[in-house]
Amino acid sequence: MSSSKTPLVEMRDISKQFPGVKALDGVDFTLESGEVHVLFGENGAGKSTLISILSGVYPPSAGIVKISGDEVDFRSVHDATDAGIGTVFQEFSLVPTLTVFENIYLGSELSRGLFIDRSAMVLGAQKLFEDLGFEINVRQRVSKLSRAEQQMVEIAKAFHFKADVLILDEPTASLTERETEKLFSFIRNARENGVGVIYISHRIHEFEQIADRITVLRDGQLIGTVVAKGISEAQLIEMMTGRSIGEVYPKIDRKKDGEIVLSLTNVHAWGVNGVSLDVRAGEVLGIAGLVGSAKSRVWRSVIGLQPVKSGTVTLKGVDVTNAKTRDLIKRGLFYLPPDRKNEGLQLSASSRENLNLSILNRSEIVSRIGLLSPDKKKQLADEIGERVGLSKTYFDRTVSKLSGGNQQKVLFGKGFGEERDIYIFDEPTVGVDMGTRAALYRLMKEITESGKAVVVISSDLPEVMNLAHRLLVFSNGKIAAELTGKDVTEENVLKYFFAELRATA
Amino acid sequence: MNTNLQNTTSKKASAYSFSSLSDGLLRIFIKVGVLPFFLVGALVIFSVLSSHFLSFQNLTNVARQSVYLVLVSLGQMIVLITGGFDLSVGTAIALTSVVSATAMVAFAGMFPDLVWVVILLGILSGFGAAVLIGSLNGLGVAQFGVSPFIMTLGVQSVGAGIALFITGGVPVSGMPYEFGNFFGFGRVFGVPVPVLVAIVSIAVMWLVMNRTKFGAHIYAVGGNIRAAHLSGVDTKRTLFLSYLVCALLASLAGILLTARVESGETNLGGTIALESIAACVIAGVSLRGGIGRVENVVLGGFFIVLVQNGMNLTQVGSYMQMILLGSLLILAVILDQYRYRRIVGEQ
Repeated sequence: MSSSKTPLVEMRDISKQFPGVKALDGVDFTLESGEVHVLFGENGAGKSTLISILSGVYPPSAGIVKISGDEVDFRSVHDATDAGIGTVFQEFSLVPTLTVFENIYLGSELSRGLFIDRSAMVLGAQKLFEDLGFEINVRQRVSKLSRAEQQMVEIAKAFHFKADVLILDEPTASLTERETEKLFSFIRNARENGVGVIYISHRIHEFEQIADRITVLRDGQLIGTVVAKGISEAQLIEMMTGRSIGEVYPKIDRKKDGEIVLSLTNVHAWGVNGVSLDVRAGEVLGIAGLVGSAKSRVWRSVIGLQPVKSGTVTLKGVDVTNAKTRDLIKRGLFYLPPDRKNEGLQLSASSRENLNLSILNRSEIVSRIGLLSPDKKKQLADEIGERVGLSKTYFDRTVSKLSGGNQQKVLFGKGFGEERDIYIFDEPTVGVDMGTRAALYRLMKEITESGKAVVVISSDLPEVMNLAHRLLVFSNGKIAAELTGKDVTEENVLKYFFAELRATA
Repeated sequence: MNTNLQNTTSKKASAYSFSSLSDGLLRIFIKVGVLPFFLVGALVIFSVLSSHFLSFQNLTNVARQSVYLVLVSLGQMIVLITGGFDLSVGTAIALTSVVSATAMVAFAGMFPDLVWVVILLGILSGFGAAVLIGSLNGLGVAQFGVSPFIMTLGVQSVGAGIALFITGGVPVSGMPYEFGNFFGFGRVFGVPVPVLVAIVSIAVMWLVMNRTKFGAHIYAVGGNIRAAHLSGVDTKRTLFLSYLVCALLASLAGILLTARVESGETNLGGTIALESIAACVIAGVSLRGGIGRVENVVLGGFFIVLVQNGMNLTQVGSYMQMILLGSLLILAVILDQYRYRRIVGEQ
């Protein structure tokens, strides 16, 4: 329908300013009909901001958006949907208390006369899922579905609106291999029918299967748009990070035969099916796995956020199975939560106030009559702030107004309030720019080389692969493999990601 | 002054100072909330309408009358900062009043010669009633995860029922004369005893909130309960103690009120839940938790009583007063939403 001269989507010189951060700076982007265009870049590079603008979540601070040659000014997601842009966001936009078909038709309910026509909606939803090749009970409540199933409902919902442009933000993050394959054949099908697909993903190995063009963003700026055919992984990573891998990840010295400080024996918990492992002092233990592989849940059981059903957890020789979180913290465990906004920081408080919480048990800050000394508190908090490389101008600023990287520095700082022996970092660099990441990695090096035990749990494969001395790959609630040295390759890790799934399928 | 040149520059200067003035006002609003604006507004309106309003005597009167609300508001503030609220403060007052008065009458029969022992035992009994109320609230919210709204609403009914059950609805009289004389009307160094009690309480609360771990934990729990938990804060204990301290502060106000009216009454503190929440919100305590300061809440309580006093002086009827107070609360909450967004920087 559209000629090759007018692209389906044309974004010119797009900028977006958030309080304290310039998320996008003069970015150009075009999408032809019948192409799969991958957006590639680190967390915080501006990919999500760009598609949020295209899908009407918020307007750009500057720049022009054209759909099929016509300039548009979306005021809401609804406007964008009307213009034929279907978006599947990373954060699910489903109502968990409603059923699948109710979610599909939310806002566009079918009715007969005065009443909602439930049976027509059920049939319509079933047809939709059949066309997509997904198996699902459309009368099921969304809260009862797995993350992968919810993801499929999201995609189906976007398709329900007969989109010309389909935006998929990391759609395979929670899908199994087989489900991913289904999604891909479906994307190819959509491409044949002239749909333009914008595909955001970190998984370079997926690109050769479906991508036509790749646009790379870094720190809110356009690095370049390349044809997918013939581009190498190393080239893409260098475009993404702006430096070669060696500059980002420091070489961390490993202590020989470090003593075992934390030990799990056959631990069973919700989603965890028997995990045994040892954490050693002076060593970085890497943990990789897909969403739902229990790579994070195991540690949440260790730190007391979910109960251990059976098995034992031993901390420096003491049985701490199902101990209280605060007792574990007192015994020298530090857990950096993956979600800094929900679990990590008090957003309405300043950086210093957030750091203060971690030094409350230090004896130096208590005066002779038992009250806390504000000067001492400030001094200690500032020392920590400097140690994690937080600029002084941010000490008094409300944390919610800092960039992701600076927020993460504050969160790291909470681990340095007191002497700890074991640091568990769950997704330590989500949404953090490259410069800050390098700084955080140097901190990890410093901690490890001072003889502490460090555990890094990450969905970012290069991160765990480059930092870890030993890498445990989780799959389906179990440890699928322990990799060291030359065996740590992306191919190997990916193979074990699906190991258990294949075995059970 | 009268040349054209001067005229234009002065215009420019005034335009500039106007925008910097509004910037400054906005900054004050973001920092401390609506209170300064409400306070200035009330002072201007009432001093225009009543010549008596700004007199030293009237203002000391307001200070004395505001003691009770200030005490309750301090407790309410703690609970609000944890992200909850306490609707049962009125019941804590009524139950304290009834229990302490009944206890004093009973103990007076036992030890007629030991007046101060009787008073002390009576006061302790009143606090005991508050411990019951606060523990129920704290247990429900902290241990069983009942929403503060339902929990404190339920406890409010339970407490009121107990108070009526004890007295059969009849005021309890016959307390030692010295009780009312000292705690209700007494003066030390010329300062009314209730005012002294309030000053000491305010100082203690300021220290608790700003200089103790408990205070830091309260702010942390309200700011982000999960982050607090992961930082090693005993969040359940903090929540529990917050409701307990809130009930005890209300109870203290209940003792002072009982001494003032010289009888144990079940209908004391009927409107104080609304008033204390209004005082806190107007004073910049965020309903979303994590934000609020002792000194501002004291002024907030003072402000509410000041407005009530002003309305009395200008002969605004009590029904109209209810309407205005409710509206003021809602207005303050709307402005609080805006302020919270500015602080946290949401889109």
